[in-house]
Formats: sequence, structure tokens, C-alpha cells
Amino acid sequence: MTWVNVVVQGLLLGGLYALFAAGLTLMFGVMRLVNLAHGDLSMVAAFVALAIVDAVPVNPLWTLLVVVPLLFGVGYLLQRGLLNFTLRGNDPLPPVLVTFGLSIILQNLLLEVFSADSQGLDAGRIENASIRLSDRLAVGWFPLLTLVTAVAVLAGLQLLISRTQLGRSFRATSDDPEAASLVGLDHRHVFAMAAAIALATVAVAGLFLGVRTTFTPSVGPTRLIFAFEAVIIGGLGSLWGTLAGGLVLGVAQALGAQLSPGWGVLAGHLVFLAVLAFRPTGLLGRQVPA
Amino acid sequence: MLLEVDRVASFYGDFQALFEVSLQVAEGETVAVIGANGAGKSTLLRTVAGLQERATGTVAFDGRSLDGVPTHLRLGLGIAMVPEGRRIFPSLTVEENLKVGAVRDRPGRWEVASVLALFPALADKRDRPGSLLSGGEQQMLAIGRALMANPRLLLLDEVSLGLAPLVVRRIYETLPEITGAGATVVLVEQDIGQALAGADRVYCLLEGRVALQGRAADLTREQITGAYFGLGASGGSSLAPRSEGDA
Amino acid sequence: MTTREVAAPAALRVQRATLPSRIGLGVGLAAVVVLALGPLWALDSVLRTLISFLTLLALAQMWNLLAGYAGLVSIGQQAYVGLGAYGLLLFADTLGLPLLASVLVAGVVGTLVAVPTALLAFRLRGGYFAIGTWVIAEVYRLVITNVSQLGGGSGLTLRAASAFDRTTRLYLTYELALAVGVGAVAGTYVLLRRRLGLALTAIRDGEQSAQSLGVPVFRAKFAAYLVAAFGCSLAGAVIYLNLLRVQPEAAFSVNWTAFMIFIVVIGGVGTIEGPIIGTIVFFVLQETLSGYGAWYLVLLGAVAVLVTVVAKRGLWGLVADRTGWSLFPVQRRLEER
Repeated sequence: MTWVNVVVQGLLLGGLYALFAAGLTLMFGVMRLVNLAHGDLSMVAAFVALAIVDAVPVNPLWTLLVVVPLLFGVGYLLQRGLLNFTLRGNDPLPPVLVTFGLSIILQNLLLEVFSADSQGLDAGRIENASIRLSDRLAVGWFPLLTLVTAVAVLAGLQLLISRTQLGRSFRATSDDPEAASLVGLDHRHVFAMAAAIALATVAVAGLFLGVRTTFTPSVGPTRLIFAFEAVIIGGLGSLWGTLAGGLVLGVAQALGAQLSPGWGVLAGHLVFLAVLAFRPTGLLGRQVPA
Repeated sequence: MLLEVDRVASFYGDFQALFEVSLQVAEGETVAVIGANGAGKSTLLRTVAGLQERATGTVAFDGRSLDGVPTHLRLGLGIAMVPEGRRIFPSLTVEENLKVGAVRDRPGRWEVASVLALFPALADKRDRPGSLLSGGEQQMLAIGRALMANPRLLLLDEVSLGLAPLVVRRIYETLPEITGAGATVVLVEQDIGQALAGADRVYCLLEGRVALQGRAADLTREQITGAYFGLGASGGSSLAPRSEGDA
Repeated sequence: MTTREVAAPAALRVQRATLPSRIGLGVGLAAVVVLALGPLWALDSVLRTLISFLTLLALAQMWNLLAGYAGLVSIGQQAYVGLGAYGLLLFADTLGLPLLASVLVAGVVGTLVAVPTALLAFRLRGGYFAIGTWVIAEVYRLVITNVSQLGGGSGLTLRAASAFDRTTRLYLTYELALAVGVGAVAGTYVLLRRRLGLALTAIRDGEQSAQSLGVPVFRAKFAAYLVAAFGCSLAGAVIYLNLLRVQPEAAFSVNWTAFMIFIVVIGGVGTIEGPIIGTIVFFVLQETLSGYGAWYLVLLGAVAVLVTVVAKRGLWGLVADRTGWSLFPVQRRLEER
């Protein structure tokens, strides 16, 4: 495997990480909430897809039609029914504790319902098909699709935030919830919409991951960690930073794994720590991680 | 009566800022609420807007009680407030601030183009983020944002605070056009001159109570000063130190 | 202008202890003595349960110190449990130090590692700080997993303990666990009665205000983090002295922190009494629900979520709100002489 090939594989992997990170960035940007159950919710999506595919033999990618609206609704209800209450007052503890508790609940619920067996979603020929770019470089169809989807989702989010009334509502409520109520914005609803959209993106991410690799109920936290690292490496407050962060993380992991199979994930962690140590605002960030 | 405030008491936690305040505003009127720091003027406006967590008494708008109506729904009814300290959205541009003001859109003449015509100083700064505006520009933007919902009742809280006199005058010069378009205005002011010049009727608050009310043209300087500082007439002089900042 | 006679203020003094706290102190001391004599009256199985109880109590107190007083919500304390365990392995087995010394040195090693960890982690805040500590714990786990001398992924067994016979080893571990458990409670209490405690309480109530008043916020948080690292490393060493087999996935498992969080949340964040109650509740639940597999953890998580939203100050908070008791009084009151 040439180094160019490794980097390309890393970029494709990074697209997936960026997709995971998009929802995290959105929720933090709008309501300063870090959802520790983020990764586990993506696993819920993957397992729901699995259940559907077990019952109805379709290509897993079709389950997006069910899973995305489902997690959209779950996100809205979760935020409105539970998480909004943790945001009252300036206490940093409740949001962390509640989302962490949620993470534990989801992991173990999935464990009980689906067992700890390794699962996979079979997308058929598209999974293994590849495009030959040169005589030494081949790019898988599916990883490419993932990257394209990630960029499309991030671009869509960026457009939503900067051009639509909903996006303006997000930014206004994030700036000043009380003043936002004066212009007619119900922050409970605005926050819930942000969570709904965030979880919808997480559903896509979870599904794509389920096709790409095998998964178990306890793999959620690892996804959360990668998403988080992508956000920090890229820099808070910037969706394109999140994309950049994801790509950097993917490449770092790919390079690390090339050196030694056990070092892939560690290499990513080290890059994250280096960014934290030497450039805490991230590569494209605009604010201190607060 | 468009707005009827009936024996309202309002609290910040255990601290009582308003004691049995009553006030009426007819449609089309401009009413000024004046008083010293800590008199309760802003609290009164906040209570009408629904921002006070604990308040007793009734606030009725167009005959309907606003009890239980949350703040974000009051805009839809036709009540808009320009809060103390302006509080425009710093990360939104001028144009975006205005657009977000129209979330609860009501029919009327105010939209981005007409608001920018009212405040030409903002027109060539459409794409500038709110955080980069001067105090006066932010005040104009805050008023414009409130106008975007075409309110029937506009509440202006301390528009002159922290602004140069020239800027304050220019802002007040737009008031006739706002009321001319049909809005009823209640304005809170520390600048008595400006308040009396623009208002039909005046209420003067002292330590959370109405100390004086009447038509602006009918009240004498002595009456106003007396009510403002709490000298003579009701309650005698009060030498106890007042708390800083408007309640 | 009239003058008024103003009565001289009554003589005041600063008082901390209350009647309940004095009673609590008496009962507590008696309990410690009884526990210390454990080997004389308790079954081996009881002693083993107490070892788990006391070490978990120590861990919970440390997490409480961080989150309830310093405002640092860490999901990475398992790093120090693991470091304590591997430190014990390193010093007792590889370097041949006596067991007691090994445990202590393991604690010191954990504290030393906490220094650069804190400097990195403190660049993050709130929820991101939480995940950051988790990532750092993962880094330690991965590094150790990749070091074959430390047993790699499959881990090592502590051999130094086999120098003693089983009963002596049990008693030794038990007394250590008691020392660590009581030490964690007493140590936290003493710490909070000093300047550091005041600083932390101020930070907890309002960091920016505290900073503007001149409270050394960074130093106080840093100190709290190091103390917690020391406590968790000691506890980790004693835990694995008891369990004997050290594997990176178990030693660095985030479940340690999950248990700490559950205990402190249920018992009451920001109080010293809370973790004690929480540990008791945790053990009771564990005994009664152990047959239910993963549902047990689902319940744990659900209860923690419920308590956080509904009764933020936990079980002890409910008691203290009703009765005003404080068994470990950290607040100073003004009383008339």
C-alpha cells in the first residue's frame, strides 16, 4: 500500500467521522450541550436498521427512510422532554450526568435486546466495488459515497444555519435566549429542533458505519470520542472546521495503523492531544473550547 | 383601553420591585413612565412583556388577560419590547436581526426595506454583524427589530441609556413616524425632557409605586420633581439609600 | 440631626460543629474502630465485601471532590484506577518493593501523571472537559496495552502478594482498604475545612465571581485534581491487590467512573455524607439485582438520570433539606457567644 493510498483511505474514513461530529457541533453551537449519548444514539439507528433488514430483505440504505425521521422525532422529544430541563441554570453537571446516564441506559438496553454479538449491515455489491483511479490507487465506492454524503450534510447544515429562518432562530436563541423570546422564539422548541436535526445526522452516520464495519451495542462511546476529537481538532464554532478535523483524524488513524495495526486509534488520540496542547482553538476554530 | 395594568406586584426572588401598580394606555397613545433608578420602571415593562418570573395582579391587552401567556406568544398578540441594554443578537447581521424579528409575522407596513428607510444609518450596514455596531446603531436596530412584527403596542425600555444626546434626539425623531403608523407606545425614560416631549401622558414611579400621573402638558416641573425624588406630598422625604441600577 | 445610641454588637464567634455533627463524629469514630477490628469478628466473605465497599467509597469521594466542589466533571478517573493497578504491579512485582510501599508509590505515580493530564484537560470546559478526560484515560489504556512487558492486552497477575498466605493477605488488603476509605472521607473533610475548601466552594458557586475576588481558581482546581488522582490511584492499587489479576480493559474501564457517578449522584453531589449513602445504596442494589444482567445497569442509569433532574441534591440532600443536619460540617456559621 502506497502512502498516497493510505492518505486517501484516511480521508474517506475521515468523512465518516465528520458526519458523526456534525450533530455534536450543532447541539453544542445552539445550546452549549454536549450529548454524551451521541454515539450510542447512532448505534440505536444502526440496530433499528438491522431489525428492519432482518424483517424485510431490503438494502440497508433504504432503511434511511425510516431511521432518519425516527431519530429526528426521538431527538425532538428527548430534548423537549428531558434535556431542556438540564439546561436550566448555569450548572454544568446535569447535562453531563443525564446524557452520560442516557448513554449507559441505551448501551445496556441494546445489549439486552440484541445481545453482544457483532453485527453488520450488508449493502451488497456497493460495499466492495471500487473505482480504479490509477494503477496504484483504488477508491471504494462506498467510502466515497460516505465522504460525499458527509460533505453534503455539512453543506446542508451550513446553508440551514446561515440562510433560513430556522438557522437564524438557532443563532439568535444561542446568543440570547431571553431576547429571543421577545421576538417570539420559544427556546424550548428551537433547542428541540436543533436536537432533532442533530440526531437525524447521527442516524445517517450510524447507518453508514454499520455498513462499513461491524458493530456492537457498546461501540457507541468510541464513536463519540472520534466525533469529539474531530470537533476539537477542527475547532469549535465552525462546521467546515468539523469536516477538516474529521479528515485530519481519519488520515492520522490511517497512517498510524499503517505503522502498526494497534497504533491507528492511538495515533488519532495523539494528534488530538497535540492540537489541544499547542493549538487549543483548533485548526479552523474561532473560540477557546468553552 | 389597549393595555390595562391592574394592581400589579412584581418580584425578583424575594425582593419586591413593584407594589400595586396600575396603569392604562389607550390605543394610539404615547405614555411615558419616568422615575429614578430603582423605581421599578423596567420591571413594569418586563412584567407586561411576561419576563418576570413572579408577578401578581392582572395585565390585560385589548381586553384579554395575559395571565399564563408566555413571552414568546405575546409578540404574536401584538406586544413588542425593545429591552433595556438593546440586546440585539451579536452574531447576526443587521439584516438578519431584522429578519428574525419577523418570526411571528403580522400584517403591516414594517418590513426590512421600510425599517431601513426609517433608520438610514443602518441601511449601508446591512451585512455587518451586530457586535460591530455602535451603541446608537444597536439601539436603532433593536427598535427596528421590534417593529418588524408590526406590533400594536411597542414597549421602549431606556432607549437613551448610554447614548450621546445627539443620537438620542435622532432616535426620538423617528417616534412620530412609528406612532403615525398606528403603534401605541409605552416608553421608559430617565431623560425627563425627552420623555415629556414625546408623550401624551406620564406616569412617575417612586420605589415601586405610582407617585404621579397625568397629561404631560398639564404637569408642572415642581410636581414632577416632587414625585421623581419623593419630596413633600406623599410619604415625605426618604433619605434611605436606594439600590443601584433600575429594578 | 439627632444621634442615636447604637448597642454594641453581641460578641460573635465562628462555629462549625453542630450537635448532629458531634454525634456523627462519635458514631463515626466508633464505627472505624469496630471496622478496624474486622479480622477478629468478620467472615472472610464479609471482609471482601467491605474491601469493595471501602475502595468504591474512596473513589466516590474523589469524584465528588472534583465534580461537587471543584466543578470538574471527569469521566476519566478510571485512568487513575488503572495507573494505580499497574503501578502496584510495577513496583511490587518488577521492582520488588514491599506491598505497602508499592501501594503508596503507585498513588504517587498516579499523581505525577495527573500533572500533565490536568494541564491538557483544563484547556477544555464543561461537557468537552468530560470527554477529554475520557480520551486521555483511553490513551493511557492503549499505551499500556501496547507495552508487552506490562502484559499487553491480556494483562498480568500480581505475584508479590503470594509471599503472604491467603488469610494474612486478606487482612492486609482489608486494613489498607479501610485506611484508604476512611482516609478519603477524612481527607476530603479536612481539605474542605481549609482555605482550599473555601476556594472550591466559591468556584462551585460562581467561577467568574470567585476569580474577580482574587480566588486562585486555576490553582485550586489543579490541587483538587491532583488530590483526586492520588486518591483514585491508591484505591485502584488496593482494588487490584484484592483482585490480583490486572487487565487493561478492566482496570481502565469507564465503568469505574460510571459507578462513581451513580454513587455520588444518588447519594448527593457536593456533600461528604452523600457518597457514603450512595455507596450503601449501590451495594444494596448490586446484591439484589445482580441476577438481571444488563437491566441492572439500565436501572442504575435511569435512577441517576431521574435523581439529577428531580432531586438534584440526592438522598442526603433530601435529608439535609428537611433536618438541616450536617454530619461533616464544612460551613462556618456566626453564633453569639
